[in-house]
Amino acid sequence: MTTDFTMETGADGVAIITWDTPGKSMNVMSIEGFRQLDGFIDAALADEAVKGIVITSGKAGSFAGGMDLNVLAKMREDGGDDPASSIFAGIMQIHSILRKIERAAMDDRNKGGKPIACVLPGTALGIGFEIPLACHRIFAADNPKAKIGLPEIMVGIFPGAGGTTRLSRKLGAMAASPFLLEGKLSDPKKAKAAGLIDEVCDDPLAAAKDWVLNAKPADIVKPWDEKGYKMPGGAPYHPAGFMTFVGASAMVNGKTKGVYPAAKAMLSAVYEGALVPFDTALRIEARWFTSVLLNPSSSAMIRSLFINKEALEKGANRPQVPDQRVKKVGVLGAGMMGAGITLVSAMAGIEVVLLDQSKEAAEKGRAYTAGYMDKGIARKKATPEKKEAALALITATDDYADLAGCDLIVEAVFEDPKVKAEVTKKVLAHVGPDCIFATNTSTLPITELAKASSSPEQFIGIHFFSPVEKMMLVEIIKGRETGQVAVAKALDFVRQIRKTPIVVNDARFFYANRCIIPYINEGIRMVAEGVSPALIENAAKLVGMPLGPLQLVDETSIDLGVKIARATKAAMGDAYPDGAVDEVIFWLADEGRMGRKAAAGFYDYDDKGKRQGLWEGLAAKYPVADEQPSLTEVQHRLLFVQALEAVRALEEGVLEDIREGDVGAILGWGFAPWSGGPFSWLDILGAPYAAERCDALAEAHGPRFACPELLREMAEDGEAFYDRFAPQAAAA
Amino acid sequence: MTDAYIYDAIRTPRGKGRKDGALHEVTSLRLSALTLNALKERNDLDGHAVEDVIWGNVTQVGEQGGCLARSAVLASDLDERIPGLSINRFCASGMEAVNLAANQVRAGAGDAYIAGGVEMMGRVAMGSDGAAIAVDPSLAMKVYFVPQGISADIIATEYGFSRDDADALAVESQRRAAAAWEAGRFDKSVITVRDQNGVAILDRDEYMRPGTDMQSLGALKPSFKEMGEVMPGFDQLALMKYPHLERIEHIHHAGNSSGIVDGAAAVLIGSKEFGEARGLKPRARIRATAKIGTDPTIMLTGPVPVTEKILADNGMAISDIDLFEVNEAFASVVLRFMQRFDVDHSKVNVNGGSIAMGHPLGATGAIIIGTLLDELERSDKEVGLATLCIASGMGAATIIERV
Repeated sequence: MTTDFTMETGADGVAIITWDTPGKSMNVMSIEGFRQLDGFIDAALADEAVKGIVITSGKAGSFAGGMDLNVLAKMREDGGDDPASSIFAGIMQIHSILRKIERAAMDDRNKGGKPIACVLPGTALGIGFEIPLACHRIFAADNPKAKIGLPEIMVGIFPGAGGTTRLSRKLGAMAASPFLLEGKLSDPKKAKAAGLIDEVCDDPLAAAKDWVLNAKPADIVKPWDEKGYKMPGGAPYHPAGFMTFVGASAMVNGKTKGVYPAAKAMLSAVYEGALVPFDTALRIEARWFTSVLLNPSSSAMIRSLFINKEALEKGANRPQVPDQRVKKVGVLGAGMMGAGITLVSAMAGIEVVLLDQSKEAAEKGRAYTAGYMDKGIARKKATPEKKEAALALITATDDYADLAGCDLIVEAVFEDPKVKAEVTKKVLAHVGPDCIFATNTSTLPITELAKASSSPEQFIGIHFFSPVEKMMLVEIIKGRETGQVAVAKALDFVRQIRKTPIVVNDARFFYANRCIIPYINEGIRMVAEGVSPALIENAAKLVGMPLGPLQLVDETSIDLGVKIARATKAAMGDAYPDGAVDEVIFWLADEGRMGRKAAAGFYDYDDKGKRQGLWEGLAAKYPVADEQPSLTEVQHRLLFVQALEAVRALEEGVLEDIREGDVGAILGWGFAPWSGGPFSWLDILGAPYAAERCDALAEAHGPRFACPELLREMAEDGEAFYDRFAPQAAAA
Repeated sequence: MTDAYIYDAIRTPRGKGRKDGALHEVTSLRLSALTLNALKERNDLDGHAVEDVIWGNVTQVGEQGGCLARSAVLASDLDERIPGLSINRFCASGMEAVNLAANQVRAGAGDAYIAGGVEMMGRVAMGSDGAAIAVDPSLAMKVYFVPQGISADIIATEYGFSRDDADALAVESQRRAAAAWEAGRFDKSVITVRDQNGVAILDRDEYMRPGTDMQSLGALKPSFKEMGEVMPGFDQLALMKYPHLERIEHIHHAGNSSGIVDGAAAVLIGSKEFGEARGLKPRARIRATAKIGTDPTIMLTGPVPVTEKILADNGMAISDIDLFEVNEAFASVVLRFMQRFDVDHSKVNVNGGSIAMGHPLGATGAIIIGTLLDELERSDKEVGLATLCIASGMGAATIIERV
């Protein structure tokens, strides 16, 4: 039996309960941890020698990172065929422990309790902040790196151990909303300013001890346990609260497009809870939390955005070769991508040699980092020192000789095989034999480009998304001869720059673009068919896509579309299926409507470049048909066309791991995050229904919707992707 | 089945529903009681004369709470054996009171009723009774709750009504209301509100702005643009519900929407025998009633399906109706009604409507039935239909015919 908590009572009568999860860098709460905490609280409250209690962490720099998700999984499993009752009972059990801390043995008249303070040496997330919220006073170390808050909503659930109820009662619904609905995290000073915590000090443990010994009886009674408590900002049927709650529903619904069950459930928990006494509110919170845990969307989001994302970041698919962390990276080409790669590398403390044809161009690329840091300084997110440190790491040059000593090259020059081959050869003349050469191409086959290298096993694709500093996904592409060291190098580099990697095999458009291009094309195809462009765009957003397909083309530019279409057609010849799409985009290109950058595309833009309505000329050329498809039909076309491409990528071995397919889709191009990704989405639909829909869509719209063999087979066997491919997922 | 007849219909003038409105000093109770007293006096309703007083009232809190209908009876000169029933079907409460009364008479449950309603919007603020549909996330999100003004703008967007269309309707409502007052067309039904000493407080609709023209309306800013497009962004919800729309056109403003006013109305309804026994002459027969639920987001389209229903249920056609009262909650509601049934504006709201004179929520349904009856008599026509759009997506209608 491991020990998560220990307790020691000093001569001063303060019982110090220290949380120190064995074998973890940060505390996580387990069922056993709860049991131990509960036991110590009981003992301390019963012990007459104990005057007050301080709960703290044995980890330097953090209180706790959150809940061990196995706790929730166990609650579900324990329930057998009645998981709802079991989860609800489990959550209520957690409530009772935290409520015991909060009430601290006070009687009904709020008399006789013991002060309980919580000490946060640093980061306190999720349950790691819900426990402090139940205590009577929170002391945090002055640790600017610490993050305090309730990020649950980001992974598809909400704070379900009283955090929702306590924070909304503490701050009021309006003030609590950024922390609950957006999962906003704060450093200790900001957390104090917002009223999340009480004190920020150099020695929080001493301050906490001092406080519990001197606290007056009234100091330990929560406002909601006092008579006449009123919710700050007004409860729902108070005139001011009324407007807050009307607005909250509208904003949450509008922002989430109604597809995120956790946001809805949390808001209901706050609303219903605000109308009843505190203990009843906790029960209400537990019922809504249970409903979210039972929702397939939440399970899928937790799986992709929390568990599997972290697994991939920690190297789930990294070959077993020694540490390949990058010390000095050479970035070729100081355009937008090269400048971005330079920025994120320097921010991660990696030495960068940024090379372009002229010194001037290279310096311009380096200046991008300066500009970015300046913005950060203006927003108080960076300091002049940090800026100087980052710039000091970047050498801008036009001399290939400066690349000497680089252990990784990332080439981001013009998308032309000839140019790339020439650059590759020049570089190899100046770098050591162990240097790994990576190309940031988004369209050209890696295996072909690798031919320019004398050691193709050291050649790999690292596909960044634009803008590099914002986009979290990096797609690593193995050429036919790419070796394990190159893969490890790329993965270690991505980990250094704190992004999420997926590793795929070399095929046209790799994985991300392979799926996103059909999405765009399906939208354009529908325009040509006379489907209302507004319906196309709204349908996409209503199914959780961040941008409608037409807006997306405008953002990426029509001429890029034309270029890709021409190249694809040249490569595929007669098999090329997208003539209907080309007709539209070639026409737009002829009209000079190249997208946002031209302030004209599918949409109109004003002088400042702000997007206005859809261009009226579109309806003139492609009149909106009288008969319009249903919303679901449009949504299915837009999602299936992506998801089926993902399945084909898996069938063809381009994808080796469905976790990468799901995580990559969400982070790479924003595939309906509520679904957990394309494979999770197909699992939610169920293979039999998905196959049936494929047949209907293929019949109505063409063979691009034909059901892949794999999916057909799974439909017949009633299998799910996360069952069939589970062993692989579990192995890592 | 017994027929139900209207014997009398009266209303108070409508005062501005603001602190400086003429009726602001009058309680909901007093305005209700003096309306009941006026009806009693005009028709000699001594003793246990009617079965019940059914009183429409939307915001049933504070002075309008606690079953105002019963309080009003007790405060009036009516016999205390007459009970009282407060009802709420939002903007059609006054009509629903009439319809409930009529249908009970038709079914033989009582010989006569007083039906009507009151709303003192300047004293008891609209919405102050709360509303789960607006505030409870589980329902608000399910039905894409938006305020009515947004719904009215959705109607305009969906059915293609421009700001000019709406403003033109508003200008005409003002013109007709002014002309009707000028010609004394409301004299028969509008009672003077007097204080406890008999001193007159208000004898004429106060909200009207005669002389309103396109230019003066053109200066008004759309009322629902900010809440639609910015904070909290209700348009997004509208587009979620109606994804074929690209954006919502915000055309409504204070000048082409119904006015916030104070007012009350009462209608005396009874069987033929009731009139014969009391020596009262029936003015019209309540031929049909109907109500219906509709899409709650666009919310205010109810007059169309409820009219379709009332006509179908009674084997009638739109051409059988001589005159229409379609409550002018918002201009687009009336425009949509006329568009759907291809009815000429010359037959609709011929003496102006709520845009010009105001819309005291709980009373309006009873008011427009009275206005319709007066105009049928004045213009010597036979059959009239009154209808209202209703919050949360409902519609109500009544067809009356002269006898």
